[in-house]
Amino acid sequence: MSSRRLTIKDVPREEYLLPGHAACAGCGAALALRLTLKALGRRTIMTVPACCTSIIQGPFPRTAITVPLMNIMFEAAAACASGIEAGLRARGIKDVTVLAWAGDGGTVDIGIQALSGAAERGTNFIYICYDNEAYMNTGIQRSGATPFGARTTTTPVLGKKEHKKDMPMIMAAHGIPYVATATPAYPFDLMAKVMKAKEIEGTKYIHILCPCPPGWRYPAEKTVEMGRLAVQTGMWILYEVENGEFKLSGPSRPLLKKELRKPVEEYVRAQGRFRGMTDEDVRRLQDWVDETWERVRRLFSS
Amino acid sequence: MAVLAGKGWKSIVVTGNHAAAWGARVARVQVVAAYPITPQTTVVEKIAEFVEKGELDAIYIRVESEHSAMTACIGASAVGARTFTATAAHGLALMHECLWWASASRLPIVMAVVNRAMGPGWNIWTDYGDTMAQRDLGWIQIYCADNQEVFDSVLQAYRLCEDHRVLLPCMVDLEAFILSHTYMPVRVPPQDEVDDWLPPYEPAWALDPEEPITHGNLVFPAHYMEFRYLMQEAMERAKDLIPQVGREYEKRFGLTGLDFMETYRCEDAEMIILTMGTMGVEARMSVDRLRERGIKAGVARLRVFRPFPVEHIRRLAEGAEMLTIIDRHISYGAEGALAMETKWALCALDERPPITSFIAGIGGRDVTYKDIERMALKAYEWMRAGEPREGVWYGVRGLELP
Amino acid sequence: MAELRTYRDWPLTPISRPAVGALGKTGTWRTFRPIIDEEKCVKCHMCWLYCPDAAIELDEDGFPHVNYDYCKGCGICANECPRKAIEMVREEVA
Repeated sequence: MSSRRLTIKDVPREEYLLPGHAACAGCGAALALRLTLKALGRRTIMTVPACCTSIIQGPFPRTAITVPLMNIMFEAAAACASGIEAGLRARGIKDVTVLAWAGDGGTVDIGIQALSGAAERGTNFIYICYDNEAYMNTGIQRSGATPFGARTTTTPVLGKKEHKKDMPMIMAAHGIPYVATATPAYPFDLMAKVMKAKEIEGTKYIHILCPCPPGWRYPAEKTVEMGRLAVQTGMWILYEVENGEFKLSGPSRPLLKKELRKPVEEYVRAQGRFRGMTDEDVRRLQDWVDETWERVRRLFSS
Repeated sequence: MAVLAGKGWKSIVVTGNHAAAWGARVARVQVVAAYPITPQTTVVEKIAEFVEKGELDAIYIRVESEHSAMTACIGASAVGARTFTATAAHGLALMHECLWWASASRLPIVMAVVNRAMGPGWNIWTDYGDTMAQRDLGWIQIYCADNQEVFDSVLQAYRLCEDHRVLLPCMVDLEAFILSHTYMPVRVPPQDEVDDWLPPYEPAWALDPEEPITHGNLVFPAHYMEFRYLMQEAMERAKDLIPQVGREYEKRFGLTGLDFMETYRCEDAEMIILTMGTMGVEARMSVDRLRERGIKAGVARLRVFRPFPVEHIRRLAEGAEMLTIIDRHISYGAEGALAMETKWALCALDERPPITSFIAGIGGRDVTYKDIERMALKAYEWMRAGEPREGVWYGVRGLELP
Repeated sequence: MAELRTYRDWPLTPISRPAVGALGKTGTWRTFRPIIDEEKCVKCHMCWLYCPDAAIELDEDGFPHVNYDYCKGCGICANECPRKAIEMVREEVA
């Protein structure tokens, strides 16, 4: 199934994330959620574990989200979605998209068990990990998704010593029908992938890189620019895995050629979370990017 | 009064675990999410069999942990499905966080818990440590003494908990191996009569795209306490509804309905043995033997622990000169929950009988009618001498009763 | 939204209803406000699309207008506008 190229005219005007919510100014995750819900529409039921979005909704008795949303425990998003999906099916309620919307912590760390179980069972739902690369909601502690070298409150002096966990590949290894990566800097690509996922039966996993001004330490107006730079340096690869077939997405396709990738240093120098990285560290990060591309080269059709 | 036989009635000989599965089946549960753990495994195996044979029209989610089992039940219940699960010991402990979520979400999930000891070391036999450790968080707790009661309790639990005046989840507890794996006769009422008595679940709230809401977002201290008070209020209302549901069940099916207490020879008793579960049935033989010795004994078996029936306990105490309480539970640093909560319930009385309390049967250590008789005799002796004792461990090598 | 005076007014469990301004008038967070120059604007709508707060509305003619009650002043719109039609101007101190 090839995706239609979306344009601004295809984007629904209706807002499912209302203004006056509690996200930080320039929040990449809030933008990703706004775009995702526009792609899914009204007949969606969301479940959200403990993460930034738990707070973005705003406090009782009001919420900024206009689709039904169940808040749930940190590790449990995929299990809650499994229950919601089964409950709807048992009650004969059709045509509702079940969406688990979780941060990187609730996906690659504490949430991985429930997610793996739900995927192994072929649960019919969309799981979206919106990844701001640390436990941002609790004050910027490192997660398995934090990149090498990043300073967080639990890696404050030496920076993270391990590389970012490759969650999309882990999900591809589950053999589910659809895996994709995205970032709100490429909004039409993001929305097309969400719309595609909506039409597929089975477990769909989308991993969205969401730049975070306070966590990554860059000026808030650069959130979209930072997402673009992540893709242009090759730090973040946009691709889909549909029924086992790997396809690079438009913006990432030319970057199989190393010389067309911007140097990782440009990305590192633009964000305060990487301050303190030595030249040696930056080289290691560059090597990791290059090795990752070499490893995946074989997987992607030209 | 309905007859326990006739068209549509089934007479089966089943284990306690299978009785729980049958309860879920005739209650027409719609979603079951469960993870195996000894000695609960045959509950979920039976349900899987019912579902795959088409005898129970439910979706069985073979989750990958107990935490996910309870969470999936929460998700399914939140969209209006009737849900069921089962677990024991470490599985219950693992889902602790989720139990809070279920009760505060006011979801009438019913769960069979096979009471099993906590490790280390691994111990698959019975005591009440697992469920007693969960008594604070807003789940109704029913403790059974035979397999018919297990079946009846699961069925009545749905009727009780789905009532909009209650809307709290419920654990139906049965002892490992003594009930879970022991075969006993169980009578199952006709399905159409059960359907008439237990209509489909009508949720008080649900996730519905036609009426979008957010459940469980941030609640500041300015608002949180009222939500929790509403849960306490629901527990108080459950106190009235439990015997009511029980009476309706009895009237409808002729089976023993839910109630707080089952008593034996307590009317003229000078000493009442207060305990729970199968010990409460075993104790009947002890009572008969004590009576042969000239001690006017009686036994009261507490069936519902949450809500705790303060009024029943007071009435029981008012009718006795002394109480002997036997707990299959210890709260380290204190004593058994039944003893502590009974003493709390009696605090308000100007006149209270002396109480001697025992801890027995921990980790599946056998408690026979002779053991209960021995405990009761000792307690009687101490209390006659004006020296009641508290939290006496019975059966520990080196701590023999004098 | 029902008034919460006594516990009887509370829903039985924390249920919240969709509302604009769930956290109040988040426009008060701003240090800089975006000003859109309608002369330069070509109605590409990218500012509307990129706003994380849905604080830009499109009128019947397709021109974007900032909802200053809720705009947090992040500046993404100004940064991304292909015509540089949006300027971030410091808020006046009251």
